[in-house]
Amino acid sequence: MSREPLLEVRDLSVTFPSEAGPVAAVRGLSYHVMPGEVLGIVGESGSGKSVSSLAVMGLLPSRARITGSVRFRGSELLGRSDKDLSAIRGRGISMIFQDPLSALTPVFTVGDQIAEAVRIHQKVSQQAALRRAVELLDLVGIPNPAQRAGAFPHEFSGGMRQRAMIAMAIANNPDLIIADEPTTALDVTIQAQILETLRKAQETTGAAIIMITHDLGVIAGAAHRVTVMYAGKPVETGEVDDVFYRPRMPYTLGLLGSIPRLDSAEHLPLTPIEGTPPSLIHLPRGCPFTPRCPMRIDKCEQIEPELLSMQTSGTGHLAACHRSIEIEEQNLQSTDIFPAPVIGPPAAAGIPRDQRPVVLELQDLVKHFPLVKGAILRRQVGNVYAVDGISLDIREGETLGLVGESGCGKTTTIMEILNLKRPASGSIIVLGRKTAQMSDRERFAIRRELSVVFQDPMASLDPRMPISDILDEPMRTHGIPDAERSSRIEELLQIVGLSPEHASRYPQEFSGGQRQRIGIARALALQPKLLVLDEPVSALDVSIRAGVINLLEKLRTDLGLSYLFVAHDLSVVRHIADRVAVMYLGKIVEIGNVDAVYRLPAHPYTQALLSAIPLPDPRKERARRRIILQGDLPSPANPPSGCRFRTRCQKFAGELDDRQRQRCIDEQPLLRSPDNSAEDHLAACHYAEGYAVLEDVAEMTS
Amino acid sequence: MDAATQSRSRLAARRFMRRRLAVLGLFMVLLFFVFAYLGPSFYKWKFEDQNYTSSLQGPSVEHWFGTTQNGGDMYALTMRGLQKSLIIGLIGALISTAIAAVAGAAAGYFSGWTDRAIIALIDLLLVLPGFLIIAILSPVFEGHTWHIFVLLLAAFQWMITARVIRSMTLSMKEREFVHAARFMGVSDWKIILRHILPNMSSFLIIDATINVSSLILAEVGLSFFGFGVQPPDISLGTLINDHWQSAGTENGYQFYFPAVLLVLLVLSVNLVGDGLRDALDPNAKVGEQR
Amino acid sequence: MGKFLLHRFVYLVVLVVIATSSTYFLAAAALNPRSNFEGRNPPPPPEAVDSLLDGLNLNDKTPITQRFERWVRGVFQWNLGDTIDSGSVNEEMGRRMGVSLRLLLIGSILGSLGGVAAGAYSAVKQYGIPDHAMTFASFCILSIPTVVLSVFLANSGATLNNAAGHRIVYNTGEYTPGLTEFSRAGIADRLQHLALPSLVLLLQGFAFYSRYQRNSMLDVLGSEFVRTAQAKGLRRSKALIKHALRTALIPMGTFFAYEFALIFIGSIFVEKIFSWHGMGEWFIQSIQKNDVNATAAIGMFVAVLVLIAGFLSDVVTVALDPRIRRS
Repeated sequence: MSREPLLEVRDLSVTFPSEAGPVAAVRGLSYHVMPGEVLGIVGESGSGKSVSSLAVMGLLPSRARITGSVRFRGSELLGRSDKDLSAIRGRGISMIFQDPLSALTPVFTVGDQIAEAVRIHQKVSQQAALRRAVELLDLVGIPNPAQRAGAFPHEFSGGMRQRAMIAMAIANNPDLIIADEPTTALDVTIQAQILETLRKAQETTGAAIIMITHDLGVIAGAAHRVTVMYAGKPVETGEVDDVFYRPRMPYTLGLLGSIPRLDSAEHLPLTPIEGTPPSLIHLPRGCPFTPRCPMRIDKCEQIEPELLSMQTSGTGHLAACHRSIEIEEQNLQSTDIFPAPVIGPPAAAGIPRDQRPVVLELQDLVKHFPLVKGAILRRQVGNVYAVDGISLDIREGETLGLVGESGCGKTTTIMEILNLKRPASGSIIVLGRKTAQMSDRERFAIRRELSVVFQDPMASLDPRMPISDILDEPMRTHGIPDAERSSRIEELLQIVGLSPEHASRYPQEFSGGQRQRIGIARALALQPKLLVLDEPVSALDVSIRAGVINLLEKLRTDLGLSYLFVAHDLSVVRHIADRVAVMYLGKIVEIGNVDAVYRLPAHPYTQALLSAIPLPDPRKERARRRIILQGDLPSPANPPSGCRFRTRCQKFAGELDDRQRQRCIDEQPLLRSPDNSAEDHLAACHYAEGYAVLEDVAEMTS
Repeated sequence: MDAATQSRSRLAARRFMRRRLAVLGLFMVLLFFVFAYLGPSFYKWKFEDQNYTSSLQGPSVEHWFGTTQNGGDMYALTMRGLQKSLIIGLIGALISTAIAAVAGAAAGYFSGWTDRAIIALIDLLLVLPGFLIIAILSPVFEGHTWHIFVLLLAAFQWMITARVIRSMTLSMKEREFVHAARFMGVSDWKIILRHILPNMSSFLIIDATINVSSLILAEVGLSFFGFGVQPPDISLGTLINDHWQSAGTENGYQFYFPAVLLVLLVLSVNLVGDGLRDALDPNAKVGEQR
Repeated sequence: MGKFLLHRFVYLVVLVVIATSSTYFLAAAALNPRSNFEGRNPPPPPEAVDSLLDGLNLNDKTPITQRFERWVRGVFQWNLGDTIDSGSVNEEMGRRMGVSLRLLLIGSILGSLGGVAAGAYSAVKQYGIPDHAMTFASFCILSIPTVVLSVFLANSGATLNNAAGHRIVYNTGEYTPGLTEFSRAGIADRLQHLALPSLVLLLQGFAFYSRYQRNSMLDVLGSEFVRTAQAKGLRRSKALIKHALRTALIPMGTFFAYEFALIFIGSIFVEKIFSWHGMGEWFIQSIQKNDVNATAAIGMFVAVLVLIAGFLSDVVTVALDPRIRRS
């Protein structure tokens, strides 16, 4: 069997004209894909990964200048007419996009859109095409496919929409599927479902897949080979084991070292990559990674390195670095190259938990929203039980991680806390004072002690205000005198690692990581005791996250802060939190010391959550036994009776007998210790049982 | 990060300047201002002059735009009318946009009864026949000339903009920097004035510019039927009313001068508005795939 | 569901009631019907004037609330009162509504349909010569006030007639009296009278809709779902027509709804310049003639139409946009 590459890209370059100058989005990318294999393309924002795949499909705007060669089954694609390319799109090569809500036309039903995909390339009637559409929906695991085919995209959940997109992509049995960040917008358990669906789709069609993502864990589990892109160029490529276990380019090394590990019990420092990805306009000569590379030498600034073959790895392992031979010979690790800061534990850590004062306490907190239907005639038809009775406490110097997927109520919880109003039911106690009993003046005073850092660095700073004003605002509002304010602004900028001259600039002039630091600086302006952080690093590029996480840890130690850290990324939480609470549909299902919960999760949801998270470790990923949850999150307006998780629970579906299941249906489980020990670990399940999901805990990649 | 960083307004100004038509429009508006207000100082005839001996003369060196039946100088009359249109347009637009901003933002931010009350007011004003009401009331402002007239015009102009501002406020209210300010303890109106409205400034500026031309046209429409600016005051509308019937005749210049100037004025303002929209809101003209 | 439709309906009715009442009170207070009669030469005796005004419910000596009550009672019996010329408001309104409808219908339909098509085409062929030309032309047309455009076209018509040597188009009136209405000559005559005013409407409608449709299309053209449609294998033109256009029409629905509901109000400028005796003309005249009843009736008419337009636009938007249909 001759192994001709299905797709061969050679020296692809894409340049866009712009107001400020030509933007070199892709600069000399070469790769090939063999039939049936999965190629991963990894990169952060600005790496050019998405642009390159759009170039292959011929879907870039006409102002883009494309050079190089793209050969599909031996024939050249670049420069072909729209007519020719249309014959290939959807048939030879199909594509799956990131956000299925905006990627599907809102005015046509899902069934019609899939049928359209069929009829473009096959001469069949509309009825036959619709029948095929229903078949495909069934194949990708959508329940009631005949009925759902008549629904509109906005009536589907995110996961279902993405399945529909996959169905559309495989409608004509393509040879190659390009998946551009297919799971980035999805929750972790849904992501696991979709990756499973993709795997199934690949099996059914025998197609090759190009998986484009920034998530190294996804690549580790799904790909055979991987190409790492940086600033529009591939910097390392090879078999997935080679690149993950024997990276030879400092960027790859840094990237792998900067990711917090879900499965590491030791609290190892993250190796941050300083700086930010370069602007693609006026790229300097030489290697674009130079400003951030600890191994840089003079040569790096002059000449851009070519991809060189690595000798000690399997065939096809190439790295673009002048010193990769050196790295190879000495088998350098990320910790060797990137200095990792040593951050001591906070002072309060020495004192046992019970003896520390309580900074925040929630007692049976409840928050419901009226459910309003109809756009023209708005009326209340029920309640959304966003937060339905949760209790937790945070002690001084402690970090509590609040985790859960979208719809679990964690954002509502922190909004309730931050509003400092009387809750619908239960109580919120901040620094010993009940919010229900606070006067407006007390509330205003408490706001100095309680601060918040938001998720989206772009949206959390007013684009119309210079940094100095942004930092000044909290102090001005609370009456701090002028002179003090200006010196404090300087101080704050320095604390977060920025320079005081940045104060006169505007948010748009900073990178995402820097903006987040400014947000943190603003939160610290009034010297608070408790910081609420809402997904502070999710919106940042992977290589930037480590720096911000390290900063947060350092501040915690230096300033004696307590954190309420909300996240959906459990790896980050494991790294930074002392305790963790897992939420599902408005309730806490598991809570306790972070190591205890991660090592031996007792609630089936926590187990499934941990199981779903891809690890950047190919061997482990291949060997893991995944727990894939069925179905979607139930509507928070209509939660299941008894245990809310039972509709998706793998225990419920599997090992329990009918009598046990009845208990789950009738009785809401309360938080109890799963093994009746005094350990700080509670789970709300009638049949809680610890299960070491992340098996080989201590083994680190070498 | 790029070495060259420019402030927003400078960048916007640069983009504006690049659209030649917009610059032309701006230039023309300024020209109109100069001629309307300074012109009469340098011109021989005043708008009140009525020189019966030179009745119905065509344009000449003596009378640049010709004369009317009563011997009035068309140029002076037109400039006087232009003054009126310009000032009504400008002041009316400012008032209208200001009301829309405050009402729309209050409705969107405070929700609840404030919102419902303001929406009801908007709905009511939309349903009330504005033209009719101003027309009926026109005898009232005979004497006070145009002040009340402008207020009334503005009063019937702000509603649709307010609605748009309301929905913009609703979405902006959920933006994280507004949350940040709230949780810092900043008071509500300070948030509206410091954070919300400034972030709509592009929209407000563009809206104000469009309002200028809308108000100029509204004034012309009302004055044309005798309901707006009252004699002996002059506006482009009254001039058009006085002279449109001579349009097809040899004295047509009486109509065409004010009419053409009016069109040019509106066109210039619209060009400026369009240019501003491009300069301040470049996303508005996205037409290509990413 | 029914309960809330009712809720909404009541709210709207209240608005109309407030608007109508305000208009009545304003008209009754500010207009002076008595002056119409006192100004005659020789002036009629005061008792005769009084009794005439009483009969028409226009007597300013009667308290305004009483006159209002009488008027409202009439409205509930479907009788909108008498005009100041002692005619029937109902009859006048009915007749003039028809005139306005005939005047505006063709021009509006052609203008909007043509404009939408042109705007869509313009957006697709963005930056081509037709796009630039059309954008510029639309821009200029929208800057010309209706009255100026009407005068200009009326005179162009006259010039055209002179050049041709005989009458091709008329710029005054709706028809030539004496011709049988539905005969060949009669219809041709009406069309000749319609040509110029329809042209005004057509140009304005075309300019407006092409501009807005173009913007709406441009917004949609950059959407991801257009890219998905192409990724499936649709040719670019087909993807644009089928997916982009359909989605871009959604905001247009509101404009269509308002336009077609408000046709019945006529156009004050076109009717004046071209001397058509429709609602627009009556609108102006009733104020000028101090005709309180007519003014109030027209005010109510406008309010009701605006409401219908609003409802219509909601219905159309829901019909076009499935995202709103959540049920």
